[in-house]
Amino acid sequence: MDALDGNAIAGVLFEVFGAEMTTSAAVCANCGARAPAAELAVYLRAPGTVARCRTCMSVLMVLVTIHERTCVDLRGLDTLEIPASRGPSGWG
Amino acid sequence: MSPLSRAFRGRRRSDADPARIPPGQYVTDDFPVLSAGPTPHRPLETWSFTIQGSIDEPVSWTWEQLQALPSETITTDIHCVTKWSKLDTVWTGVSLDTLLDDVETSAEYVTAFSDGGYTTNLPLEDATGGKAWIAYAFDGEPLAPEHGGPARLLVPHLYFWKSAKWVRGLELRNEDEPGFWESYGYHNYGDPWREQRYAGD
Ligand SMILES: [Zn+2]
Repeated sequence: MDALDGNAIAGVLFEVFGAEMTTSAAVCANCGARAPAAELAVYLRAPGTVARCRTCMSVLMVLVTIHERTCVDLRGLDTLEIPASRGPSGWG
Repeated sequence: MSPLSRAFRGRRRSDADPARIPPGQYVTDDFPVLSAGPTPHRPLETWSFTIQGSIDEPVSWTWEQLQALPSETITTDIHCVTKWSKLDTVWTGVSLDTLLDDVETSAEYVTAFSDGGYTTNLPLEDATGGKAWIAYAFDGEPLAPEHGGPARLLVPHLYFWKSAKWVRGLELRNEDEPGFWESYGYHNYGDPWREQRYAGD
């Protein structure tokens, strides 16, 4: 089955991180490849949602909803850059 | 076939004997494809099945050797943790009893491992005693890659994520170790009749 891209999990990442994450850089802990979250390979049709590195196909993020709580596992990531809050509108 | 009779046929499935449907499941006639990664396409010439871990010497079978072993055709119901159940599925494969017959081990657990890196764990007791197979045909046809071909584990008494697609072997373990979904919060054992979907259920 073909993978989707990271835009498929933009909504849930926004909920989890409180920020628009698709342009955030994700660095793969396995191969070091760095890519915007929007470019990850995303598999939704599984017991959970899996986002993989396009370069080496390692698992970077796994989201599993367990009894209405979404658990996010990031152990495959070296880093994930989360945009700093710009503060109240008008200050940015 | 007229639309009317199709609709009627489609409805019949919900009349399936409720005693066959574990709690929280619904019956489907489709065979949904679930996938957490790219589908591996393993040429049969390079396929092998290996039993390793707590064993003196690992044992391996080539595709040809596996095909030469006695096969069984199993008709069974399967239950996916995403809540669909499919009744009377027909598989052909080799019983794990056949493969484990000559294996001397003190292990009490196994981890199945697959092309693509997938793993799942189960007690050795659940992999033996006529409860688990290496299945290479579905409905009399070679198992399609999207359903786990050339061969997948078939452990129908547990949720279907335990029936590892693209299986390549078993690691015999003295201590239990969670597999892929088990490590992300799914139940370690996964009995559909006790609705063991998530850790703690
Ligand atoms: Zn990588």
